[in-house]
Amino acid sequence: MVNNATSITRSTTATTLRPGTRWALYTLLIMISIIALVPFAWMLLTSVKDLGDVINLKFWPWPPFGTSTPQWSNYPEAIGLIGTDPDTGMPMFLRQLLNTGFVTACIIVGITVTSVMAAYAFAQLNFPGKSALFILVLATLMIPDDLTLIPRTVMMYKNYLNWYNSYLALTVPFLGSAFGIFLIRQFFLQIPRDLFDAARIDGAGHMRYLVQIMIPLTRPAILTVALFNFIWTWNEFKWAQLVTSDNNMRMISVGLQDFLRGEGGSATHLAMAVSAMVVAPILIVYFFTQKYFTEGITTTGLKG
Amino acid sequence: MTATKIRPPQGKLARSQAIKEALLAYGLLSPALLLFLVFTVFPVGFGLVISLYNWRTGPNEFIGLDNYTRALKPDSEMWPALGATITYSILSVPIELFLALILAYLLFQKIRGKSFFRVALFLPYVTSTVASAAIWARLYSPDIGIINQSLSIFGIQPLQWLLEDKGILTLLANAIGIKLPGGLTGPSLALVSIVVYTTWVFVGYDMTIFLAGLGNIPGELYEAARIDGAGGWSLFRHITVPLLSPTTFFLSLITIIGTFKAFNHIWVMTQGDNGTTTASILIYRQMYEFQRAGYASALAFLLFTVILVVTIIQNRTAGRQVNY
Repeated sequence: MVNNATSITRSTTATTLRPGTRWALYTLLIMISIIALVPFAWMLLTSVKDLGDVINLKFWPWPPFGTSTPQWSNYPEAIGLIGTDPDTGMPMFLRQLLNTGFVTACIIVGITVTSVMAAYAFAQLNFPGKSALFILVLATLMIPDDLTLIPRTVMMYKNYLNWYNSYLALTVPFLGSAFGIFLIRQFFLQIPRDLFDAARIDGAGHMRYLVQIMIPLTRPAILTVALFNFIWTWNEFKWAQLVTSDNNMRMISVGLQDFLRGEGGSATHLAMAVSAMVVAPILIVYFFTQKYFTEGITTTGLKG
Repeated sequence: MTATKIRPPQGKLARSQAIKEALLAYGLLSPALLLFLVFTVFPVGFGLVISLYNWRTGPNEFIGLDNYTRALKPDSEMWPALGATITYSILSVPIELFLALILAYLLFQKIRGKSFFRVALFLPYVTSTVASAAIWARLYSPDIGIINQSLSIFGIQPLQWLLEDKGILTLLANAIGIKLPGGLTGPSLALVSIVVYTTWVFVGYDMTIFLAGLGNIPGELYEAARIDGAGGWSLFRHITVPLLSPTTFFLSLITIIGTFKAFNHIWVMTQGDNGTTTASILIYRQMYEFQRAGYASALAFLLFTVILVVTIIQNRTAGRQVNY
């Protein structure tokens, strides 16, 4: 019954469209989607062209419109041009991909753990200074990154932390997230207090309650935090370029930019092949998890 | 057993339990707080110290406020950077939000394939900015770009896009053959090209938030208005727009903040050439290319004070127009 009632209210929100309007709407949406997707299509097509076809502005140089054949060899050629890692002998591209994977994994695990811990304290425990500390966490959200960028970089230099060109510089500063704490705390607060009392009667302490009840109940929120940080870290560029100079410590987006400023500058087909390989992992993850992004944006968007 | 409230223990036992709970809380908070103190709070103070020195890779000499006076000189590079940042923001925010609102409204209608359109439009947001900016730089290219190629179908002369430092008003005036007064140039075409890219990246994200906002408007309101004879446009104008204003307000705030810290794509597409040196680019360049940590730090403090003030003013004025 209740379900029926809500579905009736829902259906009145949107007007039933006249067929003419409907087709105009579809045409418009399809055109906009094409604009959204054309750059990706152009990247993929260009990545298997030869340079001549790129320069001659051939959008589709293959049959039935042309005589060229797809050049899959652009991919190994681009990887070859990026060079090899002297330490391990593996292709530098692979090394930078592994760097990125490693850094991303560290940051996701770190942020999830520190955020869940802090969110639990703010949501469930009483202690002196609670509101002051919570305000401190929120205040860090308002400090612009650009303001702390220079001093943070200096801190990585030799006479300070001496983390320049190391995984420590790429990971440690980002293991805590005020956004993560805030979001997870919001979800923890929605869990009725009675549940804790019940768990206490059954003999569970705080840690067991957190791990066995709170975390499973708020899994979507925690996953959302993890996924957003996956995207942000995988695409990290600004900081990673500033605190590394060795090729084998570069993250993949910095490696891509180095390639674009070098060989890839004129060899557009190779530049697009490398771009496609950088973008592919993130798109695959996105396709399998896209519902968490929408839900995450919705909840953070309306509570932020 | 019903969940009756456990009576709180009294006296000594209660005290020791409260202490235990507080210790647990501090333990759980300490990793995150320590990280914030070391990498966010401390750098603010450290940055101030750095800004008072001729600081290269280390402190060379104490120079007081020299970095600040240098940045505030009338011919300093800070003013154009401030101008570019604010122009970029003023151009991107309304275009982005307007398009996102329209798209959200269209997708909110009863149509098929909603999730396909949502996924397609959100795709640019998750893509690596370095990669997508590299793609767009080539789409804009005067030599191999498909943008000029497509426009030539409509008889439009090839443009330089990201390589163009002339203002768009100047270009328009030249095209129709009138002369504008010297100062009136408008933002460079390069900056406008970056605005177009920015819209492409963020419109899907903004649209998703608008869609959530639309879902929160009670259907009964539309029903009631329709009984009173309201049609499509007036429903949109008098119900959707006002009831969506908290969402719009929130979105405009995060979009403005986003434009102020925009960096990756500008760096990849122009490196700050042709009138695209925004605050972020200027600060970064001083540090990355010239190792002027002291000067860069002073610039960061000055620019972000101004930007904070602008944001607060915007917040105040826009906040008044929100209907709750």
